[in-house]
Amino acid sequence: MITMAGKTIRKWWALFALPTFASFLIGFIAPFVMGIYLSFCRFSTVTDAKFVGLQNYTAAIADREFWRSLVYTVAFTLVTVVVVNIVAFAIAYMLTKAVKGANIFRSVFFMPNLIGGIILGYIWLLLLNGVLAHWSRSITYSGTYGFWGMVMLYCWQQIGYMMIIYIAGLQALPGDVIEAAAVDGASSRQTMFRITIPLMMPSITVCTFLTMTNGFKMFDQNLALTNGAPSNTSELLALNIYRTFYGRAGFEGVGQAKAVIFFLIVAVIAIVQNRLSTSREVTA
Amino acid sequence: MKRITKALAASLSVAMLAGMAACGGSSSSDTAQAGGIYYLNNKPEIANSMKDLAASYSKQTGVPFTVQTAASQTYQQSLKSELAKNQPPTLFQVLGPVGLKDWHEYAADMSDTEVYKQLKDQSMALKSDDGSQILAVPVVQETFGIIYRKDLLKKYFEMPGASIKNVKGIRDFETLKTVSDEIQKHKDELGVKGAFTSMGFDPSTSWRYNTHLASVPLAYEFAQDNITQQPATIKGTYLPEFKNIIDLYLKDSTTPTSALSSKTMDDALADITTGDAVFFQNGSWAWPDLVDGGLNADQIGVLPIYSGVPGEENYGMSTGSETYWCINKKASPEAQKATKDFLKWLITSDEGREAWSHTMGFTTPFKTFTGKYVTDNPIMKAADQYTAAGKKNLPWAFLYDPSQQWKDNLSNSILEYAQGTGKWDGVQSSFVDGWAKEVASSKSNS
Repeated sequence: MITMAGKTIRKWWALFALPTFASFLIGFIAPFVMGIYLSFCRFSTVTDAKFVGLQNYTAAIADREFWRSLVYTVAFTLVTVVVVNIVAFAIAYMLTKAVKGANIFRSVFFMPNLIGGIILGYIWLLLLNGVLAHWSRSITYSGTYGFWGMVMLYCWQQIGYMMIIYIAGLQALPGDVIEAAAVDGASSRQTMFRITIPLMMPSITVCTFLTMTNGFKMFDQNLALTNGAPSNTSELLALNIYRTFYGRAGFEGVGQAKAVIFFLIVAVIAIVQNRLSTSREVTA
Repeated sequence: MKRITKALAASLSVAMLAGMAACGGSSSSDTAQAGGIYYLNNKPEIANSMKDLAASYSKQTGVPFTVQTAASQTYQQSLKSELAKNQPPTLFQVLGPVGLKDWHEYAADMSDTEVYKQLKDQSMALKSDDGSQILAVPVVQETFGIIYRKDLLKKYFEMPGASIKNVKGIRDFETLKTVSDEIQKHKDELGVKGAFTSMGFDPSTSWRYNTHLASVPLAYEFAQDNITQQPATIKGTYLPEFKNIIDLYLKDSTTPTSALSSKTMDDALADITTGDAVFFQNGSWAWPDLVDGGLNADQIGVLPIYSGVPGEENYGMSTGSETYWCINKKASPEAQKATKDFLKWLITSDEGREAWSHTMGFTTPFKTFTGKYVTDNPIMKAADQYTAAGKKNLPWAFLYDPSQQWKDNLSNSILEYAQGTGKWDGVQSSFVDGWAKEVASSKSNS
């Protein structure tokens, strides 16, 4: 019976994979290839494009605001990766211990993740401006204000999600290793850094990967919270690309070129980071 | 057995594909139909009335009519994606000659249309570069200035110690500043929070700086230098006067400058309608909002924007047209014809004129709007009164603004100047140097 099913699958897999494959092709591969082609073109609507070579890339690289938003994005990603992961791990650690109402806390921490970025952005805009009003300021007073505003928002949103991944990891830890460590007289600090964290590396890989790529790609929260104001100083890369593409007539190709550069950066970082953390993974 | 499996597999995969197709189909239920009219509208305030009008027109003539609205901030991107579709908009809008430049490849000749023939002043229409074709026709006529609350200003005039006793006394920047400073000084006695409403830098209001206010020094400079086309460079002759009026707005305001970066149009409207402020820079398009805020026509007066330019007392308000209609050249010929017919109906039929002038409240540049279709907008009427009193109209110099980027950079630098995080030099540079840079950049792109 099993072999028969296996045989059928071997024969028919292509047919069953077809719908998904088709949607992947239409929804992902085609726009991607078209996007790369368009980055070498001058166009105002995507259907009539004129090939111009590398002109868009030179314009993109010469744009100072592109570099500024790149630096801003890198700083943002670094800060949020560190904060989100440390806090999420700490909360997960706390909630896997016997805390009364752990399940309620888990749900509460996870909830922000269920709200869309745009809505979160507007809610935090109200909250932060309400607080800043005491000093007659607002979140768009300077890029630094916007930066920390976004860090807060993003941490608040992401910590719950990462916490769930860490909780799953912590619950799957083999109890015997930790028990053995306790019998051998390891302090709780030693258990944490020598046993738990090395064993948790798979979860840490996943979480840092997610926070890093999400941080790099963050768009809606940025749009809703500051929209780059003032003077585009609180603008992350994704928003910069969007503004170049849609904000200026004649700059669609430049925006597209920036998007391709952005893709390359994110891809390289993700690959390098993945290699680095997987190499530290151990098994019990 | 085998055959059944095959049949099952085939039908399942067909079902899955069909499901996908259904998903794709359902999302496009709101798109335009072939041969019909598709109007991509840029005024959210008329979205509903326009839809009603379209439905009624469709019912009378049987022509399919779709109206989509994209707010002013997102109009360009909607237009960009809609024009790429199979059934593109047949009627779209551009902002002035510079806006037309981006879309001139899509603009059909409108010289045979009723809307062009019925223009009060045919020179207002935008022509192609060689002058042979009419590519865009103005939609509405608008005006702007400093709107004031008559009742609150009267309170000031009656206040003991007021240097100026009536509104005729406000005739240049000096007198405006005197009134405004005195109101600000005695704001508690007068029961206001400031002379001017907040003039925020949120995108909903920053255009009041970078488009309309900046148009004033530009218009005087262009008038002095006899400029009638977009110049490659500007001198910034009247920047000191531009600074005068900005300083006045910032100082005599309901809001401390450090909080301006996120103040919105709603905040400013609240200031003027609740009576927290006396002056409010805006235009005739703001009238419906003021009515919604509970104001009526005799509470409102309008002053020209005075900034200290020599000879400004001879000028009235600034009237012009920014929004122009274009008919999409790349739409099918039947659709273009249907669109032209609709425009004719709009400005000649009773229903069309009623909707356009009363329901939507536009003041039009067309000869057909006479009698009861003449505007009752008090801001528009104020502009006419200045003209009647022999004052010149200050042309809309912002129609030549090189790009949205120029405007954004300008208001950004004004914000930095206002907050103290930047200097006036920054404004000067984004005004003068930015102009040259943006004109050059848009030239190299076309």
